Amino acid sequence: MYSRAYKSLVSLPPLLWVGIFLLLPYALMFAHSFWAVREGLVVHQWNLHNYKILFSNPLYAGVLFRTMRIAAAVTLCSLLLGYPLAYYLSFHAHARKELLYQLVIVPLWVSYLVRGYAWKTILGSDGILNGFLQYLHLTHEPVVFFLYSPFAVVLMLTHIYTPFAFLPIYAALEHIPRPLVEASHDLGAGSTQTFLRVILPLSMPGLLAGATFAFVLSLGDFLAPLLVGGPSGIMIANVVQTLFGAAFDWPLGATISVFILILTVSLLFLSELLEKRWSFK
Amino acid sequence: MTSSSPTRRAPLLATYAAFVFAFIYLPIVVLILYSFNRDGVGGFPPRHLTLNWYAQLFADAPIWDSVLNSLIVAASSVVLSLGLGLLAALALDRATFPGKALFRRLVLLPLILPGIITGLSLLMFAVFAGVHLSLLTVFLGHGTALISVATTELFAGLQKVDRAQEEASLDLGATPWQTFWRITLPNLKLSLIAAGLLIFTLSMDEIAVTFFLIGRDNTLPLQIWGRLRRGITPEINAVSTLIFAVSVALIVIWYRVRARGLGTQAQELLERP
Repeated sequence: MYSRAYKSLVSLPPLLWVGIFLLLPYALMFAHSFWAVREGLVVHQWNLHNYKILFSNPLYAGVLFRTMRIAAAVTLCSLLLGYPLAYYLSFHAHARKELLYQLVIVPLWVSYLVRGYAWKTILGSDGILNGFLQYLHLTHEPVVFFLYSPFAVVLMLTHIYTPFAFLPIYAALEHIPRPLVEASHDLGAGSTQTFLRVILPLSMPGLLAGATFAFVLSLGDFLAPLLVGGPSGIMIANVVQTLFGAAFDWPLGATISVFILILTVSLLFLSELLEKRWSFK
Repeated sequence: MTSSSPTRRAPLLATYAAFVFAFIYLPIVVLILYSFNRDGVGGFPPRHLTLNWYAQLFADAPIWDSVLNSLIVAASSVVLSLGLGLLAALALDRATFPGKALFRRLVLLPLILPGIITGLSLLMFAVFAGVHLSLLTVFLGHGTALISVATTELFAGLQKVDRAQEEASLDLGATPWQTFWRITLPNLKLSLIAAGLLIFTLSMDEIAVTFFLIGRDNTLPLQIWGRLRRGITPEINAVSTLIFAVSVALIVIWYRVRARGLGTQAQELLERP
């Protein structure tokens, strides 16, 4: 139906643009990971030295493990908050469903930075939470460990990614054919049994998608640790940022970036694979 | 749509849902409340409400310069990514070419990769090409990364378009060019507006990619970022509250547009013989 000219006219500009402004930069990142730094200059000497450092220096492994732990904690918290919320909206909210759904979406439009900043003002040693606790005479000295800790990073990221986890779970719950749930009840299953044996398995693909979102998005975050994390909340992307800035070792920074990239893409691939297996029909 | 099964009341679940909503909205409420607090962002309860921080904000030239920069970058990013995203969506929907699967994944990559990786790749590319960092590099970064959003939205829109209309147009003697302007584009109007609003908001808020591509002129998020490092005042609450208000206004506009679109679609359906 569409002519050859039409097809090339629509394909060529985006192909060229994406080739130059995305493929080339990503390729350059890969190339850098095999280069070296000599006397403050990046030299194009192909080697595997950076990868050796990444896997042998315990410093990087340590930060990487902490990053994974933080990302896993964020994922767990987002699911624990997002799943029950989605379940409530899908099965119990009735007429208010649409309104409540919009209320979950609105914060997604609020700037990431602004929300991080808000947590900073809440958790700080002369912040609002400490003011509140002292106002109630529960504490007399400011509690200092709220801010600048891995806890603060998990809290802030959970706040940001709970709506992301909620969305696919809610979509999956909405797609469950209601007659299946009714049949389960008619056949004598209780609410808990119906949930565990009908609803939960059928919502698995959504749960998985929500978990993947939360984990992958937290994994590469470098702003939350800078805003509320402090030295003990440093994550792997902060190491990359330092290597590209003050430490000036672009090749090593590129190596870690490539590692994050491969990790992210494999996780998404794995999740896609599992989702297909768990989908019904 | 009758009684969906577990219709029994679930007070425990309702309470938990209310708690989650409280958690989601707490920072936003705190932010707005303390933008009116005379004594700064700490302490409890907020006392002495004032509009001083807003007055200070309106007299703050660097902030407004950065707002202007952000608006310029966001508006031009919308044009670039909508244009290329539309072509990419058409290409994915209608053309076959070698490497199509790779192209689709590549376009979407900035959407799923951490911003720092896309930002650093583009920084290396700018250095490699010998380009100085400025608002232009920020615009190229935003525009390119957000093609992913435009392509996703517009491809979904194209899937819903009735192909028969285009076939009829071509059969009746319209050129492909006329068909594009009179059939394809009007049919995609809602998807274009939706994608445009989304790209605009995402660009206004973007920080991870911008962080590495910024030159001397700051965007609003980078300006705020710079101030956070120097100590915080409710002026930042005030500007954040205004950003929030504008975002909510944009959402309301979007729903109006969509509601009107749905309205006319329903009307057309009714008027069909």
